[in-house]
Amino acid sequence: MFWNALAQVGLFSVVLLPVTVVLGRYLARVFSGERTALDPVLRPVERLIYQVSGIDPRSEMTWAEYAVAMLLFQLVGMVFLYLLERVQAFLPLNPQRMAAVPADLAFNTAASFVTNTDWQAYAGETTMSYLTQMAGLTYQNFVSAATGIGVAMAIIRGFVRRSAKTVGNFWYDLVRATLWVELPLSLVLALVLLWQGVPQNLDPYVHATTLEGAHQSIAEGPVASQEAIKYVGTNGGGFFNANSAHPYENPTPLTNLLELLAFVAVSAGLTYTFGLMAGDTRQGWTLFGAMAFIFLVGAAGAIAAEQHGNPLLARLGIDQRASALQCGGNMEGKEVRFGIVQSALFAALTTDVACGGVNAAHDSLMPLGGLVALLNMQLGEVVFGGAGAGIVGMLVMAVLSVFVAGLMVGRTPEYLGKKIESREMKLAMLYVLVFPAVVLLLAAVAGSTASGLASLSNPGPHGFSQFLYAFTSGAANNGSAFGGLNANTPFYNLLIGLDMLVGRYLMIIPALALGGSLGAKRALAPSAGTFPTTGLLFAALLVGVILIVAGLTFFPALSLGPIVEHLALMAGKTFK
Amino acid sequence: MRTLATALRLTVLLTFLVGIVYPLAVMVAGRVLFAVQARGSLVVRGGKVVGSSLIGQSFTSPRYFHGRPSAAGSGNGYDAANSGASNLAPTNAALVAAVRARLKAVLAENPGVSASQVPIDLVTASASGLDPEISPQAAELQVARVARERRLSPEAVRALVWAHTRPRWLGIFGEPGVNLLTLNLALDRLESGTAAGSDERSHRR
Repeated sequence: MFWNALAQVGLFSVVLLPVTVVLGRYLARVFSGERTALDPVLRPVERLIYQVSGIDPRSEMTWAEYAVAMLLFQLVGMVFLYLLERVQAFLPLNPQRMAAVPADLAFNTAASFVTNTDWQAYAGETTMSYLTQMAGLTYQNFVSAATGIGVAMAIIRGFVRRSAKTVGNFWYDLVRATLWVELPLSLVLALVLLWQGVPQNLDPYVHATTLEGAHQSIAEGPVASQEAIKYVGTNGGGFFNANSAHPYENPTPLTNLLELLAFVAVSAGLTYTFGLMAGDTRQGWTLFGAMAFIFLVGAAGAIAAEQHGNPLLARLGIDQRASALQCGGNMEGKEVRFGIVQSALFAALTTDVACGGVNAAHDSLMPLGGLVALLNMQLGEVVFGGAGAGIVGMLVMAVLSVFVAGLMVGRTPEYLGKKIESREMKLAMLYVLVFPAVVLLLAAVAGSTASGLASLSNPGPHGFSQFLYAFTSGAANNGSAFGGLNANTPFYNLLIGLDMLVGRYLMIIPALALGGSLGAKRALAPSAGTFPTTGLLFAALLVGVILIVAGLTFFPALSLGPIVEHLALMAGKTFK
Repeated sequence: MRTLATALRLTVLLTFLVGIVYPLAVMVAGRVLFAVQARGSLVVRGGKVVGSSLIGQSFTSPRYFHGRPSAAGSGNGYDAANSGASNLAPTNAALVAAVRARLKAVLAENPGVSASQVPIDLVTASASGLDPEISPQAAELQVARVARERRLSPEAVRALVWAHTRPRWLGIFGEPGVNLLTLNLALDRLESGTAAGSDERSHRR
């Protein structure tokens, strides 16, 4: 069993390495406008889009202009999605006659999908028409991720350019990320998913008569196309309520592996792209190494916790040991085809990557398994992280790390030859503090109001974990949930909606400003006193800073939730 | 203002491209290349859709292999238009009580089986509520009952179980599972002696 778990995680991690290099190189080519094999098909489409939209792709923007264009585009998208949900009952492609989505839920869902969070307070198969799933949600899956990738490119340009006033062109980055990166990857993935059994149709739900003569209504829809971009763009919003635990979203172990790979690919690739653009691929590998280390430790912890099983059930005499005939462990809320290893691996990576797609019910994870998922998000989604947003967060943590190193040796800190000064540190700290501030504040509100507590479905410390998880997931733009929480109430729809918007824009904008500020600086030649930002020492410092920042801010909250739940479980205690 | 106009026009264009053209292109490709899967891998017997080979359904008769408990929808679960998990915490007393009751039911249905032979998946609810599979151990403990109810030899039933067991991918990834709908269909076929040339097939329209 141990060796099989090692093989499942190890082989997956090994496959990730070439994917990182190949995709990282490709991304660098795409955003510098170099030729690619897809140019003959995509160039004419790109030109047409620029012409009709009145875009001059060569005009450069300052960080502030870039931010304004991004915000306006997102605002239009959010209004559009909100309206589409509200009027879906009058539009075509609605064979199940889904009614208009209520205002609070429509707001929450619109905020959720523009911010690349894909938190779902609704169940897809009972709420959304096929048109809303396609033109609303699938569309936002593409452009919210493309926006994140664009912002990452802008910030990387800021880090590597010298004495520059501008960081690139938002429209150019957005269109290129959509056409060259997301569309081809999604098309290929959608076809493989189809082959494995993910449906793609516009049929009404099928009426089946089961072998025992009962009636079963089977939800259908254009699932494969949405499932593909859901992962390529680290979105994670399921077509169905059960997300990727649903056999129509994730029918086989092979699709599970491909979905895992798809949602980490772009974020991992961007570390290599960063190294290439910085003129030293070791810079990228150092960030990658720090990410991979945290990922593997978390995944190992989650697998061990879940495989150990639930001691309360062991007392009933049930067999929870792994053997050739069963996977054993904590199987509540998990699927047989994934077992413990693929479920726990998925839970760890989806919370590392700000993806939020799930193939198991996180609410039923063991306390320590749930702790890994919560903590991964509370690290700030820098372990690969969301499409674009991950590398941005990691660069901010790198700036913070050189600052800490600078304090220790008493020198002005530098990163990539740029002096890190007061303005940069203020922006970095703003980025770091917004996230815990909004999470803890909103969790405190939920914990002290009747409307907040009324939605809990589990008793005891686990109930606390439910809303802590919800606000963490929202502000981290992750989107996974402790699904027992009844989040579809005006209270949670509004608060989590705000949580997601703050967690996206109040973090992206300081990061863009940081990129702009660094871009304007001259680069200094490295000297003997320069603290190297490559190699094991810096990676270890980076990991340390990430863990300390998250630990200092979130440990008290975690100890009230999963940690005390674990201790109670060890003592054999249940809650009613 | 100019930026807003650009944002509006780009929204319309990209919505058309990736929100309409892309899903429809995948649909056309699916219909040509993977017609059965694109429609949901439906299974037809005697001209009627009896389910999907990917979607679990409720089995309660002792003549059929039974699946996992399901939290999808209400009643017996397995509501394939309302997927979902129980979301019970590991420390929730309701989970322990539910598992205890299910264990009791499994032991009552399968005389001669002891608690230590019952694998955890057979008494816990899946994440989707639509898990089409059970572990090989969960099938093995039901072999004797199904064989007795159908007056078949346990060896014949066990052979059928193995024929419907999906191994790990490449022998490494995921876990083996026994597909219940296809297994139970094969049982019906075996009993009615129409193993060859049956009218059961995946659904094409």
